[in-house]
Amino acid sequence: MAIFLNENSRVLVQGMTGSEGMKHTNRMIASGTNIVAGVNPRKAGESVEVQGQSIPVYGTVVEAMEATGADVSVVFVPPAFTKAAVVEAIEASIPLCVVITEGVPVHDTAYFYALAAQSTTTRIIGPNCPGLISPEKSNAGIIPATIAKAGRIGLVSKSGTLTYQMMYELRDIGFSTAVGIGGDPIIGTTHIDCLQAFEDDPETDAIVMIGEIGGDAEERAAAYIKEHITKPVVGYVAGFTAPEGKTMGHAGAIVSGSSGTAAAKQEALEAVGVKVGKTPSETARLMREVIEAL
Amino acid sequence: MDLYEYQAKELFAAHDVPTILGEVVTDAAAAKAAAERVGAPVVVKAQVKAGGRGKAGGVKFAPTADDAGEKAGEILGLNIKDHIVGKVLVVEAADIESEYYVSFLLDRTNRCFLAMASVEGGMEIEEVAETKPEALAKVLIDPLVGVDLDKAKEIVLEAKFPAELVDKVADVLVKLWETFVSEDATLVEVNPLVLDPSGKILALDGKVSLDENADFRHPEHAALVDDSATDPLEVKAKEKGLNYVKLSGEVGIIGNGAGLVMSTLDVVAYAGEEFGGVKPANFLDIGGGASAQVMADGLEIILGDPEVKSVFVNVFGGITSCDAVANGIVQALEMLSADGTVITKPLVCRLDGNNADEGRRILDEAEHDVIELVDTMDDAARRVAELAAAAS
Repeated sequence: MAIFLNENSRVLVQGMTGSEGMKHTNRMIASGTNIVAGVNPRKAGESVEVQGQSIPVYGTVVEAMEATGADVSVVFVPPAFTKAAVVEAIEASIPLCVVITEGVPVHDTAYFYALAAQSTTTRIIGPNCPGLISPEKSNAGIIPATIAKAGRIGLVSKSGTLTYQMMYELRDIGFSTAVGIGGDPIIGTTHIDCLQAFEDDPETDAIVMIGEIGGDAEERAAAYIKEHITKPVVGYVAGFTAPEGKTMGHAGAIVSGSSGTAAAKQEALEAVGVKVGKTPSETARLMREVIEAL
Repeated sequence: MDLYEYQAKELFAAHDVPTILGEVVTDAAAAKAAAERVGAPVVVKAQVKAGGRGKAGGVKFAPTADDAGEKAGEILGLNIKDHIVGKVLVVEAADIESEYYVSFLLDRTNRCFLAMASVEGGMEIEEVAETKPEALAKVLIDPLVGVDLDKAKEIVLEAKFPAELVDKVADVLVKLWETFVSEDATLVEVNPLVLDPSGKILALDGKVSLDENADFRHPEHAALVDDSATDPLEVKAKEKGLNYVKLSGEVGIIGNGAGLVMSTLDVVAYAGEEFGGVKPANFLDIGGGASAQVMADGLEIILGDPEVKSVFVNVFGGITSCDAVANGIVQALEMLSADGTVITKPLVCRLDGNNADEGRRILDEAEHDVIELVDTMDDAARRVAELAAAAS
């Protein structure tokens, strides 16, 4: 089963012919993803040879979907063109649009998130995220496919490298799906969306949730876990030592006054019975205990 | 990027939001001259990117130009919440009938925008929100629709402004919304928005934060950057395109990925508790593709921080494999040595993930005196803290 992405997913790439798009299309295909199309209005009608496969390029998302039955888009276009690309994907009613691009203006994200919410047909993941992987099934984004095998842990994280680190620590147990939701102030898919999807996924037994400073997404996830999640959840929060008012790499990772601190997030999670690790390795150890007790 | 009050008000003026601009000066004599041009009485206001200026003695009324010079002398050099005042705004003193509050901001929780308005202006809005929450109107703004005159009136009515002011304040709100959208701001705040005896509405103060991700469509925003109060190492890092934040501590940190670096700071701080309270000296994310040049730039910045006693290079090989990172570290040390930098501070390296064994082998074979390899993040943090404590 996995969540959002599985062996039946048919993936198109917006911005495939750019250098990042090309590099990661290669990697996605190498990890078994069914890449069916690229979209680039200037190269419509051409095709691109990748790993011995010929991937057709279409002028629009609608044409690519009609011709190939694509149901997932991965967006690599530069920040200045991301809004137009994502709006196009939403207007084409693609079920899942994964926005890898870093540096998207937040007014643009607010616009395309609102449009997707109104359309109700498109789920957006990101922007500024590594995408998601259902190991041994499909990989939409830039998460290295060789870190971990398929298994029964679900992972949701604001951070890319912490996703990789956690997958690595638990690689022998394996993952149903790992979702990097991104660290921007506005994101299309939240911790809560993933928690509910993992709750509903019969192939997921336990969930690891990685958060970081800024906003109140972790606090709201804690409240949601209390009401709706019955599967065990283990948490980790990065940024205890972050000073107030400084952006720590991710546009959304900032403590403003007393809000958005790591301590408050940890407290909220622990209050609803989520075990929170002090370090990534302790978090992995807690997850190991959870899995062994199942 | 947060703007100074005077910069915020210049943006307001450019979008026809009524305000009083005044003049910005950096010494007392210039303040006196400015007051003569502006026309006393004036208000002399510290320009710092921190709230609570009034309480800290950073805003003073001056009945004469001479007095304005004196007041400026008192304010310049003040420390307001760790910001040293280097500039003051000399502005004509306005007659005030009433003070209000209005703002537009990003609403992360609801993933849209938010308008806030109150007839209780002049005091800190956090205080209003806490002590009199019913006096602070909050109206969600749909990013697909924005704020037109009708929406602006809805906000003003929600905040219970006097009936005769609704149209005037709504008109200002529409212009403020235009400022918010067309400048790619994440916050525009006016506190106080005032009514003067002639019935005019004026933005007497302003706070604006701009989204740096949108800089590509606002080349003019580059002129608003003021690095005079920024740590020199942060300025240098920014020039090299590095994501660096200076902290106060002894352990230099380099890693890849914002989350992993934040986590590294935490793990080092925990480990530091065992070793006399040593702390991380910085945040530095070199990103996914850690080339030798980026590694060299990063090391140069960190080694240039005199507080740093030891350095922790914490890399998880994802897209970039560990052998490439290891080669980057070795080459970076060579590049720095070739530039005449003598490297004596120990470099604790932890490589994990993609091709980690090969990466470790490369570092081993380099036999560099300062490099020490440790297998796990927790052990490496402990070791680097121990080394920093020993050198302090």
